[in-house]
Amino acid sequence: MRSVNAHYGAVHALRDVDLSIYEGELVCLLGGNASGKSTTLKTLLGMLKPTSGEVVLDGEVVNDRPTSYRVARGVTMVPENRRLFKRLSVRENLDLGAYLRSDTDGIAADLERIFDLFPRVKERLGQKAGTLSGGEQQMVAMGRALMAKPRVLLMDEPSMGLAPALVQQNFELIQQIHAAGLTVFMVEQNANMALSIADRGWVLQTGRVVLDDSAENLLAHPDLRASYLGQADA
Amino acid sequence: MTATLPPQTGAAGASAEPPPAASRPALAQDWRRLVRMGAVGAVAQVFIALSNMPVRLDERVIVKPVLSLGYLTLLIVPFAAGHRVGHQVKREGMAVHAAGAHEMAGGAACGAVAGGGLSLLAVLLANFDLREPLVNWSPMLAELLAFGNATWFAVVIWLVIGAAVGALGGALRLLGPRTRRAVVTMALAVGGAAVLEPLVVDLAEGMRLEALTDWLYARRGGINWTSALGLAAASGILAVLGRGRIQQARTHIAALEGAQRTRTNGLLILATAAVLIVLPLFAGKLTNELLANVGLFVLLALGLNVVVGLAGILDLGYVAFFAVGSYSAAVLTAATSPRINPELPWLAALIVVVIITGLVGLFIGAPVIRMRGDYLAIVTLGFGEIIRLLFLSDWLSGWFGGSQGITKIPGAGIFGLTSVAGTDPRRVFYLVLAFCALAIYVSWRLERSRLGRAWMAVREDETVAEAMGINTVNVKLLAFVVGAVLGSFSGAIFSAKVGSVFPNSFLILVSIVILVVVIFGGMGNIVGVIAGSAVLIGVLGGPKQPGLLAEFSEFKLLIYGALLIWMMLARPEGLIPSVRRSRELHQQEMAQDAWLKGQVEDDNHDDGSSGPQAAPAT
Repeated sequence: MRSVNAHYGAVHALRDVDLSIYEGELVCLLGGNASGKSTTLKTLLGMLKPTSGEVVLDGEVVNDRPTSYRVARGVTMVPENRRLFKRLSVRENLDLGAYLRSDTDGIAADLERIFDLFPRVKERLGQKAGTLSGGEQQMVAMGRALMAKPRVLLMDEPSMGLAPALVQQNFELIQQIHAAGLTVFMVEQNANMALSIADRGWVLQTGRVVLDDSAENLLAHPDLRASYLGQADA
Repeated sequence: MTATLPPQTGAAGASAEPPPAASRPALAQDWRRLVRMGAVGAVAQVFIALSNMPVRLDERVIVKPVLSLGYLTLLIVPFAAGHRVGHQVKREGMAVHAAGAHEMAGGAACGAVAGGGLSLLAVLLANFDLREPLVNWSPMLAELLAFGNATWFAVVIWLVIGAAVGALGGALRLLGPRTRRAVVTMALAVGGAAVLEPLVVDLAEGMRLEALTDWLYARRGGINWTSALGLAAASGILAVLGRGRIQQARTHIAALEGAQRTRTNGLLILATAAVLIVLPLFAGKLTNELLANVGLFVLLALGLNVVVGLAGILDLGYVAFFAVGSYSAAVLTAATSPRINPELPWLAALIVVVIITGLVGLFIGAPVIRMRGDYLAIVTLGFGEIIRLLFLSDWLSGWFGGSQGITKIPGAGIFGLTSVAGTDPRRVFYLVLAFCALAIYVSWRLERSRLGRAWMAVREDETVAEAMGINTVNVKLLAFVVGAVLGSFSGAIFSAKVGSVFPNSFLILVSIVILVVVIFGGMGNIVGVIAGSAVLIGVLGGPKQPGLLAEFSEFKLLIYGALLIWMMLARPEGLIPSVRRSRELHQQEMAQDAWLKGQVEDDNHDDGSSGPQAAPAT
């Protein structure tokens, strides 16, 4: 992502944001409310068109490519608050994750992989996604994203709306997925938690990147300590 | 007629519950609730009376000489109120009282309050003249209420009738499940036979069974009271002997799995198809006409079901596609079409019609689907009217004949073998049936396709669907186009059947009726949509098509409205819900039921029939 500007109508949501994510990394974007985190994700996925700047995927400028193009090339999102298709079954949710794929064998293999990863999901296949518990929903949401066979997983606030124990479990899952070879880009408010597993991070403030450093340095940074970690600790 | 059906909650589960506590004393009523319910009943009574329903429907006799449909509309309310007031909410851990004098007394009191509404109305009718605001404020109504006697008689008699009928409603609660089933079956048999009278007569003539109908029906309509007793007895005996075998068969089928299930379903479909193919041969004009009308609306409703039920796009202007289909078929086949008249054979024209309607679907859909929710509904409403007004306009009258419409449309020729026109409703029905079969198959396949899944995803959460890589714009447009094409089939058959098209055949009312059919039947469910058409269009009648209860045509919209409200309150999933919808609307109850059932089965193993369940699981 190169010097991207994005607007909601007249509101300048992203100001010259410059992010590079390399293959195999686990990186995070931190920021408070309305700092432009979700806008960044939407722009990466093509649900919002940048007013200027370029979104580059594998060296190709994809500004004018639709979301489906980017998903087919391995960019997938786990949306904020999981947002499953609540009235559809777990199975249908997973199938929808693989919407753009046509390799039946590959899909079946990935389904098995997800069952290995989340045995609970297998038990709940026929059930409505909306009736699952928060933790189970998170598993299905991750599974749904993995069904797209992504190379880059975008995670929007994975800790939101989950009990502390589940947050912990969730971050372990992210690490696990990352260890399996996926590039993970997560957007978080819970800076402490996110930085503890990430390689690098950025801090976004009112649409501008104010910090860009390795996770250890960010954890130690006095400004960040004051503004975010202080809150996170409290 | 639906109101005669008592709510059956708890009937099935009652036997599995722990033994009920002793019945409550007759006067230990929740008086506030009782009076409130009675008052609601009274208002309903006055409303029904002033809607002129009783006077107009007095001519339609149900059981001669005892009961007419007009009086029935007045009797239903206290009956329902009397039955409802005895309803006990079953709460876990709370005692359930046995039914007894309490229910009868409560029902009687509640019914009397409801009947009191009419008493009050009778007094007012005698002393005031409010004909100005209330057009049905007539001496005829007063006479009907007083059974031709003085006003005081009306006052007393309606209190008495209300109490009596209310007590009967309450008494229904005293019956065991088996007896109740028999009683309900008896009432349904007599009511059904009366409602279906034209149909039964028509069919009996076709099957040379006039002797039966001569015995059953009086010469000028209505069932003879002796025959009514016979019919009730016969159906009651059948119900007792049947002992809920149908219910058992249904649960049995529902429990089947895999190949067995597929085979049973296949057999059921084959059997239905066989009946539908053979039945018209024995039926007269009236039945076939009726079936053809129902079929036309099945086609429309299936089309709208794709748009509303699957893709979740609330289209209030669906009539536009019906209109475009009818008009383009008319222009292409009729020699009298004003501007161009290629006089294509019907099937060839149909191909062009499908293309035209598909394009119109794209054209209307493109701006519309960019909106969501309420705005979308309003815009589709507008487009529905725009299309009709275009056909009506002077500007296009050179093409479509303006208000004169297009007339003398030839029937639908099928490969030169046969021509289908409204003069032969049997052929029309077979044509409609063929297209319905096609539409059902298409809907069924679509629902289980990748596209169908994408539609549902868009319906559930458009943003996330987009993030999954679904091209939401294309997918929604496709829903519009598929809906439009299915609607155009109906339109093309309609114009060939009727032989003429006019702009005022395509009022907004048609859109609404189709939507009501879809909602009433059960959104997203093919069988439900068909059942909805059969009940609403077949019995009550379509926007312009008379149904079995032709006398009701004036009150059709009123009844549609009442049915919708009742539906939203009692069965939000529709008449025949899709498993999906019912699961989603009653998830909590079902979870609870499953839990309860587990509890019950632990200490009570003999209840195999159906277990306590509020949600009908199809």
